[in-house]
Amino acid sequence: MKNFKLLFVSSLLCFSLGAAAQKFTLEKSIVKFYSAATIENIEATNTKAVSIFNAATAEVAFVIPIKEFEFEKQLMKEHFNEKYLESEKYPKATFQGKFSDFVVKEGEQRAVAQGKLTIHGVTKEIEAPGTISMTGNIVTAQAKFKIKLEDYKIKIPQLLWQNIAEEVEVTVEFIYKPQ
Amino acid sequence: MKISLIFSILLVGCMFAKAQDDLLGDLEKLEPPSKQLTTSTFKGTRLVNGQSVETKHKGELEFIFAHRFGRINDGIYELFGLDQAYVRIGLEYGITDKLGIGIGRNSVDKTMDGFLRYKVLQQSSGSKAMPFTITAFGNMAIRNSPRKEDATFDITLVDRISYTGQLLIARKFSPKLSLQLMPTIVHKNTVDQTIENNDQFALGAGGRIKVSKSVALTSEYYYRFDVPDTNPYYNSLGFGVDIETGGHVFQLVISNTRGLTERAFITETTGDFFAGDLHLGFNVTRTFQIKKNK
Repeated sequence: MKNFKLLFVSSLLCFSLGAAAQKFTLEKSIVKFYSAATIENIEATNTKAVSIFNAATAEVAFVIPIKEFEFEKQLMKEHFNEKYLESEKYPKATFQGKFSDFVVKEGEQRAVAQGKLTIHGVTKEIEAPGTISMTGNIVTAQAKFKIKLEDYKIKIPQLLWQNIAEEVEVTVEFIYKPQ
Repeated sequence: MKISLIFSILLVGCMFAKAQDDLLGDLEKLEPPSKQLTTSTFKGTRLVNGQSVETKHKGELEFIFAHRFGRINDGIYELFGLDQAYVRIGLEYGITDKLGIGIGRNSVDKTMDGFLRYKVLQQSSGSKAMPFTITAFGNMAIRNSPRKEDATFDITLVDRISYTGQLLIARKFSPKLSLQLMPTIVHKNTVDQTIENNDQFALGAGGRIKVSKSVALTSEYYYRFDVPDTNPYYNSLGFGVDIETGGHVFQLVISNTRGLTERAFITETTGDFFAGDLHLGFNVTRTFQIKKNK
């Protein structure tokens, strides 16, 4: 009988681990990057990212299709894909990590996303400070961080260095709804 | 004992399931298998002398300055051809991402040309993949040389006109390698029928190999069909190096032709490549975004 109880408890535990995993998927996303340089500021926006946020474990993952970044000038987009991000070889940028200090509660809270960011086939540990706000069923996550191009082996031809900053600022805004 | 074994198995199984809870993996399942368009099959709208499948994006204006020197085997007196110059100045505008329109003026035979190109199919990967990019190209050219008073017969405007129709079929096999075939028809309103036909068919083949992110090697050859024995012209063959810097593409070329309109280089190439009748040259393009994207 005692053993039976143990079995019951363990299966309950196992079950609860699964059930508590309340997952959210994306309703809307905006990923932007901005590079300030002497000749030309470059800005691009991507609304085709996909992401999952697990409120129970504060885990988050996203995938950004590189070819979906839209620029002011088409030629920038072409060069971005062809020369810098090599999107045919590395079609996606991904992130998998966790919001530290996150608790499930209504309203806005500060959180730091920590995890592995993969761009251009190179994976780096990053920390991005941001906010998460929960209103009813909707979760909005925002984060801003800087990326050093050389960290991700994104090489800029010498003739172009004035056009492109060595560091770009990335802004991420994800609006989630329950899966 | 037995029960505790079950318990531990369950617990391990449970933990295993937890470890399997890979969010990125879940995402892969969520993502619809999307169609990815293949872009940048070539760096420029020109392969060497002739057209590539590339079109300008909507709202882009390309200025193209193409220059061919004289023959290298003209020797030191002509500074290996550098003393002479054959030029085409042209503009091309992207009405849509697929439809382009252009004009140009070539100093060879004082030719004015106008053209349209339309990307019929674009290569893609993923679901419903398309193996090729196909662009239709058509131009009309007016040869303004010779002058009316210098002509050997009573030449009219109609006599000066020629047309070219091309299907440009290309495949980007890898980011490094792209190949293209160009079935072509050139129609000249008036020809010397002892040496050539009014309608001339040719098949072009060419390609590029990227040697670095900004540099590619290119080649292009046009084979003409049904050429009369009396025809004095050669098939055109050219090689080039594409160098891309920002909004510019520099194409350094070497070929046996000096003409830069289809009629001139496909059907009236005067140089014998293997006898050393080679012209150095370059195409320089600059792209301007006239209408901003969105």
